[in-house]
Amino acid sequence: MKVLVFVEQRGGKSKSSALEALSVGARLAGNTADLAAVVVGKGVEGIASTLKGYGADTVYVVDQDAYNLYNPVAYAAAVEAAVKAHGAKIVVGLAAPMTRDLFPRLAARFDGGILTDVTAVELAGNNLQGVKPMYAGKVLAKVETQNAPVQFVSVRPNTFKAENKGSGNATVTKLDVAAPTDGRIKTLEVRKGASERPDLTEAPVIVSGGRAMGSADNFKILNELADVIHATVGASRAAVDSGYASHDMQVGQTGKTVNPNLYIACGISGSIQHMAGMRTSKIIVAVNTDPEAPIFKVASYGIVADLFQAVPVFAQKFKALLEK
Amino acid sequence: MKILVLLKQTPDTESKIQISADGSKIETAALKYIINPYDEFAIEEALKIKEKAGSGEVVIASFAGDAAKELIVKGLAMGGDRGLLVSNDGLDGLDSLGIAKILAAAVKAENPDLVLVGKQAIDDDNMHVGVMIAELLKWPHVNVVTKLTLNGKTAVAEREVEGGQVEVFELELPAVIGAQKALNTPRYASLPGIMKAKKKPLDTKKPGDFGVDAAALKAAPKAVLRGFMPPPEKPAGKVFKGEDVAVMVDKVVKLLREEAKVI
Repeated sequence: MKVLVFVEQRGGKSKSSALEALSVGARLAGNTADLAAVVVGKGVEGIASTLKGYGADTVYVVDQDAYNLYNPVAYAAAVEAAVKAHGAKIVVGLAAPMTRDLFPRLAARFDGGILTDVTAVELAGNNLQGVKPMYAGKVLAKVETQNAPVQFVSVRPNTFKAENKGSGNATVTKLDVAAPTDGRIKTLEVRKGASERPDLTEAPVIVSGGRAMGSADNFKILNELADVIHATVGASRAAVDSGYASHDMQVGQTGKTVNPNLYIACGISGSIQHMAGMRTSKIIVAVNTDPEAPIFKVASYGIVADLFQAVPVFAQKFKALLEK
Repeated sequence: MKILVLLKQTPDTESKIQISADGSKIETAALKYIINPYDEFAIEEALKIKEKAGSGEVVIASFAGDAAKELIVKGLAMGGDRGLLVSNDGLDGLDSLGIAKILAAAVKAENPDLVLVGKQAIDDDNMHVGVMIAELLKWPHVNVVTKLTLNGKTAVAEREVEGGQVEVFELELPAVIGAQKALNTPRYASLPGIMKAKKKPLDTKKPGDFGVDAAALKAAPKAVLRGFMPPPEKPAGKVFKGEDVAVMVDKVVKLLREEAKVI
């Protein structure tokens, strides 16, 4: 089966989970000749060498000024060209902002099927079968593409294993794709975020604060803990609505769905909406003064204590441990 | 300026989602439905644009069953001018591309300057239909929009992406814009608004009225739902209480290293 993997990049760097998507592609393709990757941007050819060994013989590179910044119409044209060049029947990407913006457009363009944010995926004949969380993770749905000339699937970050099996030499094939002139959209700029930390949706470790944080200022103790364990800081809806944290930090049903290896919930009681956004975290630590808080039901480890006492001790103990 | 807002009815975020005994579907009988929360930001933005312009029309539309009329009326009570229900009678479980094809045809017939949608629905969390409609109509789109400024026939939209980064686009209308939470604060319907909403026009149409062969879409879906499973249960955790905080933290840190192996 001919498989193409869209490797998302920003500023010449591919996403940390890109190799996970590539490894899924390798499994679906079955051999290195049938697997290709596509990188779109400007000055991005170097990314190809980082894909070596992950199962793709070919890396299509669309590298022109017009693709310097993400533009949904231009990028769709570039990936469309790669799909056609490779003869791809399956296109794999990461369930991250760029891919999730592009794939529905491409699925409509190819009159194809699309599965989004899957946590498992395999071939069933010529179709793709996947498992995807629905209702913000309250249930898992079995989903399948059908009747689709081209099938698109985005895989949840931090869920599949990136495996370098030493095959696939990732040879660059340049594609010259003129960006559409009738797209009626241009990208003016991309403003940098305040934080250099990984996005919540990709972060391997998250420290989150709830209403009990009491103020925006108090989040600095979470930042200090996060610095020690290289975590990204999140917040509950209650904390965001109280103005203690910005909306892009919100974890939960109307915020972000996260999937870290470790989620430390500080002063979060655990509303059904919050838990919907973080329940697939591999290990959950909860700190709360209320022993009846629902968060303790999903916590791997819990401490009934005041977060203002516990969090600085966590920072100190982790620091001691990591310095050893 | 004519603005079409597309809304979806979704279960209330507080809902317990129950899978049927045979695992084939979600039990809907006990579910309470709401306007998909992100769609409320879309409605609010449409109303703000109309108010700022001093004229225009806001059409609240949905592809749904009759029960969704109540939610369309809620949008009218907030300030929408007219409702449009595109009936999904007999089309339950239609895939996102099929729905997008029907709605794209409805949008074409309505011929608005701008389509506003929620960035995603909180039931399937797919983020498909708005973007697909844009593609089917060959319109530009920006999804996950936190700020929208209209300047005549063009718009500047700010889109939230990872790590707090913001992509800024300039696009020509007509276009599809997907609303993110930070875009605005949706108003509550006023009592006079609620009274007036009952008298506002609300048409019901079928996909065929827009020239779409829905039976053909239903017969050859591009994606199907095969069934549902509960998420895996987590084993009960270890909760410490009543000891010195430093002692409890020390225990958890040790467990994170030795048992969970995540640090």
